Amino acid sequence: MTEALTAFLEATVRTATPLAFAALGETVSERAGVINVGLEGVIIAGCFGALVGAQGGSVEMGLLGGVLGGAASAGVFALFVTWLRADQIITGTALTLGALGLTGTLYRSLFGTTGAALTIPTLRPIAIPVLSDLPLFGAAFFRQPVVTYLLYLLVGLVWWFLTRTHAGLALRAVGEQPEAAEAAGIRPARLQAAAVLVSGVLGGMAGASLVLAQVGTFTEGMSAGRGFIAIAIVALGRWRPLGVALAALLFGGATALQYLLQSMGTDLPYQLFLAFPYILTLVVLAAGSARVRAPAALGRRNITGH
Amino acid sequence: MTRLAPLRPSASVTPLVLTLALALGIVALLAAILTLGGFNVGRAMTALVRGAGGSSYAIFSATLVRATPLILTGLAVALAFKAGILNIGAEGQLLTGAAVAAAVALGMGPSLGAGALVIALIAAAAGGALCAALPAWLQRRFGVLEVISTIMMNFIALYGVGYLVRGPLQEPTRAYPQSSAIPDATHLPILIPGTRLHVGFAIAVIATLAAWYVTRNLAAGFRLRVVGSNPSAAASAGGLDVPAVTFRVFLLSGALAGLAGGVELTGVTYALYENISPGYGYTAIAVALLAGLHPGLVLASGILLGALEAGAAAMQREAGVPLVLVSVVEALIILAIVGAQAFLSRRSAGSTGAGT
Repeated sequence: MTEALTAFLEATVRTATPLAFAALGETVSERAGVINVGLEGVIIAGCFGALVGAQGGSVEMGLLGGVLGGAASAGVFALFVTWLRADQIITGTALTLGALGLTGTLYRSLFGTTGAALTIPTLRPIAIPVLSDLPLFGAAFFRQPVVTYLLYLLVGLVWWFLTRTHAGLALRAVGEQPEAAEAAGIRPARLQAAAVLVSGVLGGMAGASLVLAQVGTFTEGMSAGRGFIAIAIVALGRWRPLGVALAALLFGGATALQYLLQSMGTDLPYQLFLAFPYILTLVVLAAGSARVRAPAALGRRNITGH
Repeated sequence: MTRLAPLRPSASVTPLVLTLALALGIVALLAAILTLGGFNVGRAMTALVRGAGGSSYAIFSATLVRATPLILTGLAVALAFKAGILNIGAEGQLLTGAAVAAAVALGMGPSLGAGALVIALIAAAAGGALCAALPAWLQRRFGVLEVISTIMMNFIALYGVGYLVRGPLQEPTRAYPQSSAIPDATHLPILIPGTRLHVGFAIAVIATLAAWYVTRNLAAGFRLRVVGSNPSAAASAGGLDVPAVTFRVFLLSGALAGLAGGVELTGVTYALYENISPGYGYTAIAVALLAGLHPGLVLASGILLGALEAGAAAMQREAGVPLVLVSVVEALIILAIVGAQAFLSRRSAGSTGAGT
């Protein structure tokens, strides 16, 4: 039983890692007033970028490829949303549609239709001395691939940036009161574009960690709704980095639950477990939205400054 | 909750020159992607055109057959967007409709015959409406973003169908993840003999004409438009119960998408399986935006994107180009439209500095 529980907790942290990367990035852009429904597309672009980057046999190049893929797709979104001031939701939907199609097309043309086993290097878990020996939670949190440790650092970094730096304050001002921010000499569009790019880099990391640390290969549409779940995680985490990280753990747990219950043997249809994170998202959004307030200018496009 | 600012018909805002430039730009980008993917561009483009409209078979058995679910789901999305509802869940609503139609046709078909067909289609619409009812209720009661909730419903519906075709609705030999074929009596009749075009196309045409008439001439259509374009004015000056109107339009949108699923099942596939929809519900967004959310124009844009899908299928057969390339083209179309509209409205509003 303890063994199963340990495995469940490890799987929880492992599956939560890509979700937390994406949700942390989305937190930054939503605090600046931009909701990127195209996050799903950013993640799949990150997955594909990681696959291409890792072809040479280097994990580092895989990570770089993932970040570039994510940033490039978020760049397209930023161009439309902050420069042209196009509708955020429709642009995001188109970005997802386009990124899923483009990665699928390029994958098939570059690697063939058979989906032949792609041998790419993967990130192995690194045990942190002492900490990983802690009972129950030690292995779950401290015997993970390096990207998970990077994530721990980023949670603190994003918190520090949003609450303790001048730029973070300006960014939140744009998300709450763009007119006032502009009157104070801040250029909302420029700051929003930067925030979207940050969410692109982190969304790309989400895709890269999915490919390099979790699945070990690329399949078409492998983002499988994680971008949308990440957006729900941001709301559940109340637009705060630590809250978002904890919310990501909850969803990681919801996904990992299927392994635990399968190992225990159950008659419930497995599709129910597959659908569980999506059902949980609906419940969480309903429960969360009643109590929490989103950034006031979230989703608005009538910001004048450049 | 973010409300979608009213989208104006692209034809009235977009000058002809810009439209042509965008169309050429999309073709150029398509050629660039084909080149990048290492495909024979000339051969692929020829196959695209021939597969979409090169013969009467291509037109009546490929393009119009594929256009049918696109018109119905496109209409579903257009009506929802027009009322300010971002229903991205047409895919899940379509799947639910198809599943319900399969259950009814298999259960009642042997005893009721053609009567079961009618019941199946009505039940499909009801199933789609039910699938939309949860996001609609979550939005009304808790203010949950319907963009997210409808997308979640798409995944839940997909896994639901996956369960049905491996469980209660699986064919008796239990070898394949699909249902038995529905009885012949529950097939939609063929519209033009010698082709695959079924009565579902006529249903889609009638639905668009009805929606056009209602939104133009009747009070219900006026309510839908005013709630979508200016909800606060609709509530204060018009005395409208905005949440109630929104809720009803959301259900109607789901019903149309559900009907699309029922029509696809009884007119084309005759059995339920997981991949019954190649993403019709997502393509529907491009259909609706391309039509400028105009119910009548949905007919035209649905046929155009049906032609694109039929052409893409030929492109896959003859030039080995993956079918998923279609969604890239659709994304480019959507981006071109929202980009052009934003660009033009920004320019016209630029002098006052008021934004859109």
